[in-house]
Amino acid sequence: MNRLEIRLSGFGGQGIIRSGEIIGKAAVLYDGKFATFTQSYGPESRGGACAAQVAIADDPVELSYPHVIDPSVLVIMSQGGYNKYVPEFRRDGLLIVDSSLVELDEAAEGLKVLGIPATRLAEEMGRRIVANVVMLGFIAAVTHLTSPDALRNAVLSSVPKGTEALNEKAFEAGLAYGKEL
Amino acid sequence: MGIEMQGYRLDKTMEQHEEAEGWVDEIHGTHPMDDLLRTDRLPHIWCPGCGLGTALTCFLSALRKSKFDLDKVVVVSGIGCTGRVAGYVRLDSFHTTHGRAIPFATGLKLGNPALKVVVFSGDGDLVTIGGNHFIHAARRNMDITVICVNNFNYGMTGGQAGATTPVGGVTSTSPYGNYEYPFNVSALAAASGAVYVARWTVLHARRLERSIHEALLKPGFSLVEIISPCPTGFGRRHKQREGLDTLHYYHEHGVIKHGADPRETDIGLSGALVEGKFVDLDKPTFLEQRSRRLAQALEK
Amino acid sequence: MSDKTHAGVLSGEFFMQGDIACAEGAICAGCRFFGGYPITPATEVAQWMSERLPVVGGMYIQMEDELASMNAVLGASWAGIKAMTATSGPGFSLMMENLGLGIMMETPCVLVNVQRGGPSTGLPTLVGQGDMMQARWGSHGDYAIIALAPSSPQEIFDLTIDAFNLAERYRTPVLVMTDAEVGHMTEKVVIPPPDEIEIVPRRKPTAPPGEYMPYYVAPGEWVAPMAVAGDGYRIHATGLTHNEKGYPATADDSSQWPLIQRLIDKIEKNRDDIIVLEENGLDDAEVAVISYGIAARTAIWPMQMARAEGIRVGLLRLVTVWPFPDAAIYDLAGRVNGIVVPEINMGQIVREVQRAAAGRTQVISVPHPGGGIHDPYKVLDAIRRAAGRKVEV
Repeated sequence: MNRLEIRLSGFGGQGIIRSGEIIGKAAVLYDGKFATFTQSYGPESRGGACAAQVAIADDPVELSYPHVIDPSVLVIMSQGGYNKYVPEFRRDGLLIVDSSLVELDEAAEGLKVLGIPATRLAEEMGRRIVANVVMLGFIAAVTHLTSPDALRNAVLSSVPKGTEALNEKAFEAGLAYGKEL
Repeated sequence: MGIEMQGYRLDKTMEQHEEAEGWVDEIHGTHPMDDLLRTDRLPHIWCPGCGLGTALTCFLSALRKSKFDLDKVVVVSGIGCTGRVAGYVRLDSFHTTHGRAIPFATGLKLGNPALKVVVFSGDGDLVTIGGNHFIHAARRNMDITVICVNNFNYGMTGGQAGATTPVGGVTSTSPYGNYEYPFNVSALAAASGAVYVARWTVLHARRLERSIHEALLKPGFSLVEIISPCPTGFGRRHKQREGLDTLHYYHEHGVIKHGADPRETDIGLSGALVEGKFVDLDKPTFLEQRSRRLAQALEK
Repeated sequence: MSDKTHAGVLSGEFFMQGDIACAEGAICAGCRFFGGYPITPATEVAQWMSERLPVVGGMYIQMEDELASMNAVLGASWAGIKAMTATSGPGFSLMMENLGLGIMMETPCVLVNVQRGGPSTGLPTLVGQGDMMQARWGSHGDYAIIALAPSSPQEIFDLTIDAFNLAERYRTPVLVMTDAEVGHMTEKVVIPPPDEIEIVPRRKPTAPPGEYMPYYVAPGEWVAPMAVAGDGYRIHATGLTHNEKGYPATADDSSQWPLIQRLIDKIEKNRDDIIVLEENGLDDAEVAVISYGIAARTAIWPMQMARAEGIRVGLLRLVTVWPFPDAAIYDLAGRVNGIVVPEINMGQIVREVQRAAAGRTQVISVPHPGGGIHDPYKVLDAIRRAAGRKVEV
């Protein structure tokens, strides 16, 4: 099995679902792999807890079970997501948090944790909405889920026309932050 | 539609209109409807004294005068005595399920906007079980003509009460008299957005024919409500044993009030039976609205 | 509006959600009318159609309910347009009324059910497969139906095209029975070039008006060519039992017999043409898993675990669920020690498997009430039981 699993969680409106989709798209369209992206959400459009899951593999048969069960990477952008997913997260996994929104406690003990103030960096760029893209740049730097180029391409081909420059800037900011660690 | 309509001045008599529009010769002419009827389906199932024959004749003469290409005219009916009209006209015709003629017709019209789509069905079908479709098609100003024959009951199945049965009306399911408030079909259409609403009894056949003709030419959702005798299901329980008794009733109680506020045209078991053309206004149809909006949005 | 040939086919590779793959499949198949009513988890099909159809010369309308949606689809089909609607459980129930009308009038169209947990409002956002028997028997009266069950976004795309083609070939509504899991899943979807997509066009009459009878079926054929409104044939179609002219014939059973028999036979006697099955590892199998849609897909992992334990297990995936592949299952039942049927309902298709297996082997149901996919270990345990292995409880 060379199936890789990642889960992202935050609150509705943060672009969590979109980020999961972009990671899957990067793997499929730009890395030539296979990926299954699933989402879970409550009835709220904004503010409710939401999660995106992506499984990536070289062979589609490894994606026959579509749900992410035991991710090796967990990306958390809200305290609610932290409380829900961190206690059960595998101890040899990589926990990535938006350090401007999430406080660590004993649930993260023993975990490898990497933090980036994605929301604060996005706000400094004037657009809080690109926090998820900052996070994607960071993910590209610190994981091997997809190549940085693939993820960048997936971001740029997914964002609304006219916002490419802003999103690229956000992506590069996250990537640079990750490389400096 | 390419057909010029003569102005319809409400203060003129029918005779003046006939003269003005050159129909005088046709008024007393014969009515060779065979080419518009599936003669191999006759005789029809309707009872003696029923008004549906008159309603159908008025429709067919209005249709002929409309000069539509009859290969492009479609009649859609639901279920019930009136619903059988679709089976008798020699036109593309669909006899659908109970209450669903209007959405079926909507699909036909949107599938081929070149078609002239007419829904011909009864009150029970159109505004009782199909009431939701009726109001929404009117709301959209869907490009269809609806002819609703209202006989205040479910005739085919033995005279049960429906949403049009007047308070006090005795039917086989309101044996002690109906105690529900009824719908006023014309007012319902007007309130929902219909651009043309007229009501006539089958006694006022020429006026009825004229209104159907106008409705057929009217772009958008047009409604002609036809008040019609049902001696078997309804009349005989209301001292109108024969169809003719009901026609006498229409003669005595019919009041022509063109332009009447539809809300003031409720029909009871007694009192005035207000007839006339209640609504005739211009408003972009569903298809016009759609084309306009899409042209704007997709141009960018 | 665009009049370019194949303007609707977006050939290429995509990372696409199942519901959207459904809409794109429909457009590739030539669908140019969608009448629907939004309902989770099928709403994305409507949303996508509302955006795409206008730019490929099609017509989208949101109807007032699912009764109206189904009728609008039938009306559009009778206007000569390939038409579709998509819904989920509660809407599927409302569509049952006029699914029957479509069957009776022999109206080609496609109805997609993105199944969710039921009954009633149930689990709006979560998976179910509890409408499989409703798909077969949900409208009143006797009839046969074609229902397909995709298990990935790519397959939703492919089977939606197949559904349109089957609808035209057999002049009947065809059901695509997908589910919330596959409908909301995003995966790689390849849309082929237009010339690689098989499209079955509508067969129009060649007889002149006056000679054409809308329901006269020539010897050796199963359906009549279909004239539509505006073709000049002045046709009549009704939901009543009718004769070859399309006229009501309700006085006795003389028209009912040939009509109903043909409506059933045109599907049941063409099983070989209609039924698609996918076999995997059945050649040496001692245990067979029979499943469909998402449940068949999630059975693969426990099957791999069972194989690792030395249990020779194979999969028969029902791509076509209706008509039911009786013969293939009867044959398989004679070759294996047991059959396992996982499905996300409390045991619907397992009844058909039991019937088709005719007692030749044990049939073990692995039910799930909806709201999630199978725990792989429950399927594994059932496979172990079917193989005669001890199962620790």
